[in-house]
Amino acid sequence: MSASLDKGVAVLKEMIDAPIASYFESCVHCGLCAEACLFYTETGDPKYTPIHKLEPLRRIYEQEYTLLGRLAKLVGLSKPVTDDELEAWKELVYNSCTLCARCSLVCPVGNDIVYMVRKFREGMAVSGHAPDGLIGAVTRTIEIGSPMGVKLPAVQAQMKHVQDETGIEIPMDKEGAEYMVMLSSMEIMNFPEYLGAIAKIMKQAGKTWTLCSTAFEATNAGIQIGVSDLAKVIVNRIVEGAERLKVKTVISPECGHAYTALRWDGANLIGRPYTFKVLHILEVLDEFRSQGLLKTEGFETTRMTFHDPCQLGRRGGVVEQPRNLMNMVTKDFVEMDDPGKYNWCCGGGGGVSANEEAEELRLEVFKIKKRQLENVGAKTMVTACANCRIVLEEGLEHYQMDIPVVGLTELIAEHLAPDK
Amino acid sequence: MNEVELLNWVRGPGLNIAIGIFLLGTIWRLFEIYSLGRKKDLSAPRHTAGASGWNTIARRSLAPPGMLKRSPISYIGGYVFHVGLAIVVFLFAPHIELIENLFGLSWPALPSQVVDLATVVTLAAMVLVLVDRINKPVKRYLSTVEDYFTWAVTFLPVLTGYMAVKHLLLPYTTMLALHILSVEILLVVLPFTKLFHVFTLFMSRWYNGQANAHKGVPV
Repeated sequence: MSASLDKGVAVLKEMIDAPIASYFESCVHCGLCAEACLFYTETGDPKYTPIHKLEPLRRIYEQEYTLLGRLAKLVGLSKPVTDDELEAWKELVYNSCTLCARCSLVCPVGNDIVYMVRKFREGMAVSGHAPDGLIGAVTRTIEIGSPMGVKLPAVQAQMKHVQDETGIEIPMDKEGAEYMVMLSSMEIMNFPEYLGAIAKIMKQAGKTWTLCSTAFEATNAGIQIGVSDLAKVIVNRIVEGAERLKVKTVISPECGHAYTALRWDGANLIGRPYTFKVLHILEVLDEFRSQGLLKTEGFETTRMTFHDPCQLGRRGGVVEQPRNLMNMVTKDFVEMDDPGKYNWCCGGGGGVSANEEAEELRLEVFKIKKRQLENVGAKTMVTACANCRIVLEEGLEHYQMDIPVVGLTELIAEHLAPDK
Repeated sequence: MNEVELLNWVRGPGLNIAIGIFLLGTIWRLFEIYSLGRKKDLSAPRHTAGASGWNTIARRSLAPPGMLKRSPISYIGGYVFHVGLAIVVFLFAPHIELIENLFGLSWPALPSQVVDLATVVTLAAMVLVLVDRINKPVKRYLSTVEDYFTWAVTFLPVLTGYMAVKHLLLPYTTMLALHILSVEILLVVLPFTKLFHVFTLFMSRWYNGQANAHKGVPV
C-alpha cells in the first residue's frame, strides 16, 4: 500500500457518515440511476451506472464500518481497495460524472448518489487519482487567483474597456456597497458582456455595488476536484473580501459550481455561517423585477429556450427566477423536455470541461442536448452559467448546429429601458 | 428427524432463534449505520413548499417523469411484488392468527381466494423482475451473488406457502415446515443483506429530501 493510497483511504473513512452508510445499505441494484445519467443513456455502457461509480467507496464502508465486513476483512475474505483500482475508477468518478445529480433525483430508495461522488473525489484527489486538467485548474486558482490564470490586471483592463463602452464607472473596493459582484474567469476571458450588463442593470436599479480586488474570481475548482482544504482557501478569499468591504450581499456570477461553492458549501468549509447574504445574479435580477427596479422594453421574437444549469436549478433551487426573466424579454420562450430540476446536464459540469481526457465522451453525451433542442426547434439557447455556455457552444459546433448561446443577464441588459 | 419433529422445531426453537437474530441484527445494524452521524449544514437555508425529508419519503414511491417509460418492468414489477408481498404476509388469515398469538395484535383478513390470487401474481412479478435482472445489461452488470440469493430467500417463502396451502408436491406437514423454515431463513439474512433496505430506505429518502430541501429543492 503506497503512502498516498493510505492517505486516500483514511480520507474516505473520514468522509463516510450516516447518510452515506444509509445510502449504501439501501441500494438494491435496480439500475434506475443509470436511466437518469446522460453518460449511460447516450452510450448504453453499463459501467457508467452512477452507483457503480462508487464501488470502491462502498467496499471501504463495508470493510471499516460494518460488523460482517470487519470480520471478512480480518479473515482475509474481502478485497482491499488498491491504487490500480482507484486509477481505473478515475474515468468513472471524474470523466463521466458532472455532479449533475439527476441520479439523486430518481433513485427509488432515495439515495443522494452525487453527494457520495463528491465525497469520493476527496479520497481520489488525495491518493493522486485526480485528472491533470483539474489539478492544473486548482493549482492556478490557489497560486494565481483563478483557474484560467486570470490576474487582477486582466480584470482592470476589462473594467476600463466596459467603462469606455458604457460610460458607467465600474467601482472597485468600494466599502459599504450593498452588493459585491463576483466574476468567473470564463466571463473575464470569453464573455466580457457580463460586466457591462451588471453595470447597466445596477445603474437602472439605483443600487450601490463593487468589485473586490482580492476576490474577483468566484469559481472554485477545489469543489470540483474534491479537495476541501483548497476549496476552503478559495472561499475564504471571498469571505474576507466581503467582510472587509462590509457588503450586504455577494452576487455569484453566471456559473453553476461557483454558486454551489459560495452559496451552499462555503459556510461549511469555513466552519461558520456568513455575515453576508449570497445570491445568484438571477435571484438578484428577479428581486429587482418584483420590486419594479428592473425595467425592460421590447421582446426577442425568435424562438428561445432556457438551459437550467444543474447547480443552479436541481442543486440550487433557482428555477422560477429564470422563467420570470425570460418572459420579460422574449415572445416565443419554449421549454425543452424535462425542464427545471429535471434538466439534462450540458455534459461539462463538475470539472469535466476542464478535463481533456473527458473531451471525446463529453461531445458524445451532448447528443441528449442536441435531441432536446431539435425537439423544441429553438433558434437561440439562453443559460445562466458561463461553463454551460462554453460547453454548449462547443457541442453545438461539433454537431454543426447554428444556434447561438447567450447569458440571461446579458439578454436582460440588452432590453433595459433607457433612462428617462 | 421426521416431518412432525421438523415442524415442531421450526415452530418452536427455530422460530425463536430466527426472531432473536432478526431483532438483535436489526438493532445492531441500525446502530452501526446511524451512529455515524452527520455534520450540521451551516449555510443559510432556502424555504420552498413541498421540500422536506417527509415529502421525499412519500414522493419517491412514485416514478419521476419519463422514468416509467425508460424502465417499465422495474416500476410495474416492483410495485406489484412489493404490494403483493404485503398482502400475502399481512392479510392472510393464518398469518394474522400467528401474529395475534405472538404479539396480541390482530386485524381483518382478506378472503383466501384473494390472497391466492395475490400470491400467484406476486410470484409471477418476482419471476419477471428476475428475468429483467438477467436480461437488462445495467442490472446484470450490477448484480452480485447477493442479488440472486436475496431474490431466492424472498421467493421461497411465497412459493412454499402457496404449495402448502394448495397441497402441492409434498405432504402438507412437510411443506408447512419448509415454509416456516424458509421464512426463518429470510428473517435471519434480512438484517445482513440488501434486504435491509426495508428499514434504511426511509432514512435514505429523508436524508436526501432534507439536504435538498435546505436548498429549496423538492426532490
